[in-house]
Amino acid sequence: MKYVNEYRDPELAKKLLERIHQRSRKHVRLMEFCGGHTVAVFKHGLRQLLPPNIEMLSGPGCPVCVTASADLDKAIALGKLPGIIVSSFGDMVRVPGSQASLQQARAEGADVRIVYSAQDALEIAQENPDKSVVFIGIGFETTAPTIAASILRAEQEKITNYYVLSLHKVCPPIMKAILDLGEVRLDGIICPGHVSAIIGSLPYRFIADDYGIACAISGFEPVDILLAVEMLVEQIESGQPKVEIAYRRGVKPEGNPAALKLLDTVFEIGDADWRGIGVVPASGLSIRKNFEKYDAAKSFEIDAGPTREPKGCICGGILRGVSTPLECKLFRETCTPEHPVGPCMVSSEGSCATYYEYGTGVEKPAWT
Amino acid sequence: MCLAIPALIKSVKGEQAVVDIDGITRDVSLQLTPEAKVGDYVLLHTGYAISVIDTEEAGETLKLLRQMAEASL
Repeated sequence: MKYVNEYRDPELAKKLLERIHQRSRKHVRLMEFCGGHTVAVFKHGLRQLLPPNIEMLSGPGCPVCVTASADLDKAIALGKLPGIIVSSFGDMVRVPGSQASLQQARAEGADVRIVYSAQDALEIAQENPDKSVVFIGIGFETTAPTIAASILRAEQEKITNYYVLSLHKVCPPIMKAILDLGEVRLDGIICPGHVSAIIGSLPYRFIADDYGIACAISGFEPVDILLAVEMLVEQIESGQPKVEIAYRRGVKPEGNPAALKLLDTVFEIGDADWRGIGVVPASGLSIRKNFEKYDAAKSFEIDAGPTREPKGCICGGILRGVSTPLECKLFRETCTPEHPVGPCMVSSEGSCATYYEYGTGVEKPAWT
Repeated sequence: MCLAIPALIKSVKGEQAVVDIDGITRDVSLQLTPEAKVGDYVLLHTGYAISVIDTEEAGETLKLLRQMAEASL
């Protein structure tokens, strides 16, 4: 595939690795924020190929994983109301809430539909005019504009039975929250590629300017990630933290103005509840007042009951970068992709699912 | 979750386009990339084009990487 294969070239990857090995001297800790990056790092065996003084940590960049149990319980409670069809992206359906998952709610009679796109949820609404269709809106800045677009289309086409439960979250504030918690010392952050396709590179400036931490926005192929690591190493070794873009084919410094305008039209910044972290001020997106007729949280009485976290699950610590799946007693024992206990094992981009699928990050990859 | 893949725009009708992804065609929305036109590659995320791939920047990045590889031979 064009714009993919070129960035999987083993020769380019080897040269970048050589440069990283030559230049890197300090012991550094880099966080790949995005779950998609964690998968790519593990799939291509990049951790094992980096010098031992470069430590890689996985961050909270998996929207399914960071959805709080309380919010998931609300989605399940909505599904149990009469006359409602709940629609959601696939992984979300399997995450266990306090009592059950959406999948289990479906087995008990709730109408739960998995969709690929918010456009599909709109079509379900059009095909079922006597039902209310609630889309469980999860995702970061990458996905939220698509949900905003679906609400605007509902407005234009006068679709009155379409609702969104907005659980959307934004990335720079949670990066700040993790840095302010002070639980992990970071020297550099691999910033998310497709979030940045929307927001650009400027919103990360405070990380370099105020915290002195190097930033590089990366694509998702091995050469992209190694180029980002090389940029981070150079910034750290020269003592000049800044925000660089290693994914210039997809990310412009100013982001995507059309998508940002759509986001701002439909959503406003609000608080969000992050699994393992708690409520972080100004880290989520709420539906604006003039679109509140599409807001499921305001249109339905939701009684989700008390929240319970899965016993023994350490997804919270894993999402904050303070623990790894290998430290969890449930990992591979009672918690597996077939029978997940916590969300990081459900999502294909969750750290636990990635460790389960691709190994522990110490085996040398075959392509070298 | 934030997965997006390159797709080639084959035709455009209003805010909708037909794209080719390695031989598979599907309808996508151009609501977020109104500037996209036939022949452009876009990054496709959950049925929406979220960014038009900058072919010049892509070429430039690869050129620099290849120069670097040759220089260190």
